[in-house]
Amino acid sequence: MALLEVQDAVVKFGGITAVDNASFAAEAGRITGLIGPNGAGKTTTFNVITGLQPPTSGDVRYQGRRVTTVTPDRRAKMGMARTFQRLEAFGSLTVRENVMAAREIHAGPRAWWRTRHDPVVDEIIATVGLTEYVDVRADLVPTGVARLVELARALAIEPELLLLDEPSSGLDESETEQFGALLQQIAAAGTAIVMVEHDMNLVFAVCEHIYVLDFGRVIAEGTPAEIRANKTVQAAYLGTPDAAAESAEEVESR
Amino acid sequence: MELFVATTVFGLYIGSAYAIAASGLVLTYSTTRVFNIAHGAISMVMAFLYWQLRVEVGLPTWLSVVLVVFVIAPVFGVLLSRVMKGLGDAPVSVSLVVTVALFMAMVGLATQFWPSSENRTVDYFFGFSSVNLLGVSVGYHYLITIALSAVVAGALWFLLNRTLLGTAMRAAVDNTELLELFGAEANRISMLSWALGSMLAGLGGVLLAAYTGLDYYSLTFLVVAAFAAAMLGQLKSLPLTFAGAIGLGLGSSYIQNYLADFGDAIGVTIDATTLVGIQSALPTFLLFSILVFAPQVRLRVGQVKGILAARVPGSVQSNAAAVATFAVGVVVVLSLGENAVQKFGLAVAFAIVMLSMVLLTGYGGYLSLAQFSFVGIGAATVAKAETTSPLAVLLAALFAALAGALVALTVLRLTGLYLALATLAFGQLMDKLVFSANFMFGANGSIPVQRMGLLGGDFGDDRSYVLFMLGVFLLLGLGVLTLRRGPVGRLLIALRDSPQACGTLGLNQRWFRVALFSASAGIAGLAGALMAGLQEIAAPQSFATIASLPTVLVAVVAGVTTISGALLGGFLLMLTLTTTGSPQGMIFIVLAVGAILLARDPNGLVNLFYQAVRTVTGRVRDRVGSWDPLAANAAESPGDRDAIEPELAETGVGRGAP
Repeated sequence: MALLEVQDAVVKFGGITAVDNASFAAEAGRITGLIGPNGAGKTTTFNVITGLQPPTSGDVRYQGRRVTTVTPDRRAKMGMARTFQRLEAFGSLTVRENVMAAREIHAGPRAWWRTRHDPVVDEIIATVGLTEYVDVRADLVPTGVARLVELARALAIEPELLLLDEPSSGLDESETEQFGALLQQIAAAGTAIVMVEHDMNLVFAVCEHIYVLDFGRVIAEGTPAEIRANKTVQAAYLGTPDAAAESAEEVESR
Repeated sequence: MELFVATTVFGLYIGSAYAIAASGLVLTYSTTRVFNIAHGAISMVMAFLYWQLRVEVGLPTWLSVVLVVFVIAPVFGVLLSRVMKGLGDAPVSVSLVVTVALFMAMVGLATQFWPSSENRTVDYFFGFSSVNLLGVSVGYHYLITIALSAVVAGALWFLLNRTLLGTAMRAAVDNTELLELFGAEANRISMLSWALGSMLAGLGGVLLAAYTGLDYYSLTFLVVAAFAAAMLGQLKSLPLTFAGAIGLGLGSSYIQNYLADFGDAIGVTIDATTLVGIQSALPTFLLFSILVFAPQVRLRVGQVKGILAARVPGSVQSNAAAVATFAVGVVVVLSLGENAVQKFGLAVAFAIVMLSMVLLTGYGGYLSLAQFSFVGIGAATVAKAETTSPLAVLLAALFAALAGALVALTVLRLTGLYLALATLAFGQLMDKLVFSANFMFGANGSIPVQRMGLLGGDFGDDRSYVLFMLGVFLLLGLGVLTLRRGPVGRLLIALRDSPQACGTLGLNQRWFRVALFSASAGIAGLAGALMAGLQEIAAPQSFATIASLPTVLVAVVAGVTTISGALLGGFLLMLTLTTTGSPQGMIFIVLAVGAILLARDPNGLVNLFYQAVRTVTGRVRDRVGSWDPLAANAAESPGDRDAIEPELAETGVGRGAP
């Protein structure tokens, strides 16, 4: 059984349907891609999975349990972690303190009354490649680095399910390549990763399974090869070469 | 039947005046996103101005009304729009502090121009002339007020829904920049909003003045009713606001005339004091209930990112500072006269109150407008304990902490403005229903307190007791700093920067907040217990909400993020609250100006001083030559980096937000 199952999720904001009967699944040890044009409902879907946005209807099942009404902090305790498209790093804290804070939240109130060196913090910082920025305030690091800070912070709570919202934007080509390798390493350790991403090269390189969202609906799913060959996807998302170029520009301008 | 008609007409009169005031509040909030705590204070000042023109200068009533409502009030509103410029986009705590400052400035101004020594009243319009309605004579003043509220309702509806200007006003709140791109002048729109808002506040004040009489606080706080009505309309619906205001007016009027009878009917005797208490607490009670139960308007999210945190000293440094402060304290206390020692002790008690705000506001980012209610709970506890055992003081802190937890639990889901208003309502409820009740501070309004002893001895001498208090303050301060340096401090900052991220990392924010509120209330309660022991008497005036408001300003001016700021704040607050009459008004004005200037940097005067010292010592070291400014900067704590690039940190630009 899949670790995470989203079943017929619907989210309506007033008259707008942001997520329209979307269903998909993510499995342990696998990187799942969630792609689609801007406004397709990807981030809203993440909010539904992590509990920040209650769905209008539909369910989220995690570890075989229905968690639709469980609060975000309880879901995190169950092993869900995420990063945000609109950065949510703790700006007033240094990069190391960001990771430390996550560790402390993970350890719970009993750990708050003593200051103790946690070796895992340094390990995570080294794994993600943030050693250089360790004492810099998170609101002063470049966008790409801030995304890595969020990844490090998410890893700090030892997640079983890791949700990454556009993690590679702000990284250059070689950094993206290293980042892909890092994701594969994390997945190989047994973590389920769901990734919303605009960089198609990265998506096709690391994802084993891809879902395509458009206007809140899942319009296609399959392996990277299947998605690449899918005519509906090409029309809706990758589109004509012109449209593809436009969408690339859009991504860059973000 | 006649009583019923008279009661209803009176209720409609009060409700209509509330409605007029409340619509002004909603209008400015919905067009500028600034909730004006000082709205009632503006009503109060305008009512005094009306008195000045009508009674002192002797102008005809109609001319006085026209001058106040159509000339003075709008001009004042335009000036106000300058002060409030850009506040709608600032964090809620900043705009709240500025409007609280305005509140105190208004009270300060009133005490300057209209000293309380003189008794002032204004007549109802047309005196007591009346018409006969269903066998009851109804004053013209009531009818005029009711008619005016209908006119205001109609005019506002027309302005907002049927004119281009109204559309622009409604659009301004969503995106000022975009609106300007389309050719609208956002500045003028904001001026107009403030002008209209203060006209309506003024009209409400003028209409109510004959009923309430002219004093600084009754009219000011009467407009809490307007807050309740405005909240019922969720700060955007004018019809709901009007309905709420009229309902409140009627409810208050019916309670006045029928509750005693109702009590008799069910066998409960309601005495006059209780009746007045219930009646005056009704709007506040409604405000509190509406805030707690009504669906909450979504506030802006994802806005404040990095904060301007003051440098946190190391433990060696802060221990040394504590010892030095105590040594200075010993010398000063031993050299002071008896009266001055009492004042010094009061300042130390207030410094402990400030410390409670360091935890809650300075570190946690939550604004409480009722900190003195917890001080009062502490004082009442030691008074009732009637023992010299130090356990009574600890019990006082515990009770206050429990009360704090209870308040926090009730208002758990509220944030920003709503949270601050709920604390204000809580403070008012404590004033009106608890502190003023006979069972708390007795029929005389004060009860004796036994000063605690320690280790079998007693503090017969004020000096030793004051030094003991100073010791308590310093120990608590060191404790708070230790907390700040450790995991809890880190989580407090993290929670301010991104509640969403904290939630998705597994932090149960609600309980974290309850614990924070509770700890802060506990410290305030301890301060109250120590203070009552110092004065050996406890009286409710010392804990009124009106004491909590200058506390917020002092916290901002002195700097609520540092322990030294708390100490300075204690002395400032002592000066503010022990001064009376016109000089106190002057202090209010100075504090208000200071708070408005410093509102955007919560680290206050103390941190400015530290920064200046570091700049100077930095220059000296620079001349010596072994000091690399960039390296030192990188090694310094986050606060310094912020001081260098405050805009970057505040707007989150440095974080690469899209």
